[in-house]
Amino acid sequence: MNAAAVEVRELWHAYPDGTEALRGVSFRIAPGEAVALVGGNGAGKSTLLLHLAGLLIPRRGEVRLGDLRVTRETAAAARRAIGMVFQDPDDQLFMPTVAEDVAFGPLNAGLEPDEAEARVVAALERVGAAHLRDRPPYRLSAGEKRAVALAAALAMSPEILLLDEPSSGLDPRGRRRLIELLREFPHTRIVATHDLELVVEVCSRAIVLDAGRVVADAPAEEALNDEPLMLAHALERPHILRHSHPHG
Amino acid sequence: MESATWPDIGRMDDWARGDSPAHRLDARAKAVATLAFIVVVMSFPRREVSALVPFLLYPVVLTSVSRIPIGEIFRKMLVASPFAVFVGMFNPLLDRQPAAVVGTIVISGGWLSFASILLRFVLTVWAALALVGCTGIYRLVAGLERLGLPRVFAVQLLFLYRYLFVIANEGARMKRGVDARAGGKKALTLRVYGSLIGHLLLRSMDRAERVHRAMLARGYEGRVATLDRSRFRADDGFFVFGCLTAFGVARAWNLSAAIGRLVLGAAA
Repeated sequence: MNAAAVEVRELWHAYPDGTEALRGVSFRIAPGEAVALVGGNGAGKSTLLLHLAGLLIPRRGEVRLGDLRVTRETAAAARRAIGMVFQDPDDQLFMPTVAEDVAFGPLNAGLEPDEAEARVVAALERVGAAHLRDRPPYRLSAGEKRAVALAAALAMSPEILLLDEPSSGLDPRGRRRLIELLREFPHTRIVATHDLELVVEVCSRAIVLDAGRVVADAPAEEALNDEPLMLAHALERPHILRHSHPHG
Repeated sequence: MESATWPDIGRMDDWARGDSPAHRLDARAKAVATLAFIVVVMSFPRREVSALVPFLLYPVVLTSVSRIPIGEIFRKMLVASPFAVFVGMFNPLLDRQPAAVVGTIVISGGWLSFASILLRFVLTVWAALALVGCTGIYRLVAGLERLGLPRVFAVQLLFLYRYLFVIANEGARMKRGVDARAGGKKALTLRVYGSLIGHLLLRSMDRAERVHRAMLARGYEGRVATLDRSRFRADDGFFVFGCLTAFGVARAWNLSAAIGRLVLGAAA
């Protein structure tokens, strides 16, 4: 697996109803970097993730994944480079068993069933969910669903992992496991979340969005420790940083 | 939790994960045999009862070999039974022609056709439940697709099955929301009900869009590939051949009557 760089230049996006979700977003993420996208509701995080995943095509501005510029023609290739974990695991786990679901991506990529099976086993083991392989997804707990969704993304051998609110709906133990996993992955990781404590633990850098613009792009601790910045953009300074800075 | 909101259809997945000679048969073999079974059962004249009885053997054998709990099958049939009862309930009133005599009781054609409808209902629904129970909806649909079911329908079936639970659950949550604010009164008036269903539809459409996105994100291009590597073996061939022959024989000759004559003849 090679981690790939991500580059976004002057990206704009308007939805059909006229809402401008992104208004000139630019940043560059180095291979293997873990970056948080933070911002209030409606700041443009999800829209940005959909662009990075090749699910929305830039009309104005551009998105580059490694050497690949995302266009309508290259969207399929872009999606192969990406492993995306959606906010609601029920949207993502649509196959009848966990194993079939994790195999969905590899089989679509044209792998033979034997190779796909090997990927399934490896991915499920990676997230500690090997014992769930024959269970139907709707019978899993929220934490198990999240683990399986993560395995489904990993099984595609992506260069870049995109995670939309990965810790939502998890109990503290499930959330802790997720954090440990995310810290260990060698992929380029982009996490859109409101869980700022998770950001501090997982990400080295934070991009703060508000109303479709980048309002800050800095080392995670620095950005999240900036109380005026946080409060101005529907966020707050996470407790974990207050405790580690007794003079703050 | 979700099985509480939906009459435990998910149980059939548990049955399908078992292992038995019936489970090991190829999905296509079982699908063909069951389809033939249903067609033959439906092909009898409308007042036929006795000739249908031997057909009970097929679902009984399939159920017992695959060790599916029969009580749960009956419970599921009970849920669907009002349809069959309503279809046939007026026959006894409409068709009063005497058709059979049992001892001193004269049975009208209407009662016979009513009994026939109920028996056919039991046979076909039981066979279908047993088929799904010892195959699993997923292998079954994959098998049907290999038999030539257009992919669009196959994918539809799979998704219907998968999201039945999710949508039923959403519906249940919405109803709970209504109940919570109903203040003990009967809250589900027709107007509220309409709005509820409308919202459920909109939510389902939103979900459909998100699911489609998640599929695209993992390289979906209109084809659902599977890990299934099952092959059609000689056993499967024998099974289909045996079933078709048995159904044919039971369709051509009224085995109940034949056995009856045999027993009575021996007694005489």
